[in-house]
Amino acid sequence: MRMSKIVRFCADMLYPAIVIFGLYVIMHGHITPGGGFQGGAVVATAAALVIVAYSYEEIQGMLSKFLLQIQESAGLVMFAGVALIAIGLGTTFFYNYLANSGLLFGMSVPFGPNPGELNTGGFLPLMNIAVGIEVWGGLAIVILYLLSGIPKEGT
Amino acid sequence: MRRELSVLIMIILAIFLFIMAAGFTFGSPLETDMDDYFIMNGQEQIATNNIVTTIVFDYRGFDTLGESTVLFTAVIGVALMFRMIVRGDSDENE
Repeated sequence: MRMSKIVRFCADMLYPAIVIFGLYVIMHGHITPGGGFQGGAVVATAAALVIVAYSYEEIQGMLSKFLLQIQESAGLVMFAGVALIAIGLGTTFFYNYLANSGLLFGMSVPFGPNPGELNTGGFLPLMNIAVGIEVWGGLAIVILYLLSGIPKEGT
Repeated sequence: MRRELSVLIMIILAIFLFIMAAGFTFGSPLETDMDDYFIMNGQEQIATNNIVTTIVFDYRGFDTLGESTVLFTAVIGVALMFRMIVRGDSDENE
């Protein structure tokens, strides 16, 4: 069922803001409260907003179930793959090989309260991104499938 | 008869649990060895400020891997169920 034009316009305006806020929560998961699960849920809320504001037939062109499934699987594979690289480097599973290394996200932090730095955390930001991608795809596809079960005679 | 019996069992259980809980004072016995270890060594070992993220994604990474797998399985279940429902509808319409 299609909502009124006011609702559709507000959804169009709010969609990029919600997506950007969710990506911010995912990216700063190792500094501020939040993380992959929470940020992914926020981004999936943007998908839910658009799905509610438009009808299912209109949304099918914009949100592809196949692409969301690929995205969800890629998130889980990336999560396990980043953890598996540690075994290839000769350490244990889930060992944080990027922390304090000086490479990507490899800066050290001093002990005690400090303002924080984005370029820290070892593989924690990569893990947050992987989980965020997975939760984004997973929740969006659940909402999409739930909506596809609604009978069509209501329109 | 069964109703009175179940109420009696509930009352006995409640009294039992209350007596057990009354023996403790809040906050003791205090076991903070793990907390102290995470707080003292988290910033140095994992090099980040958010200790919660440190625990969730590094010290207990297996737990998070299981959570991700649970979410993945739940989504697969929903997809399978609704795919069957939608297909059944279209078969009836045709």
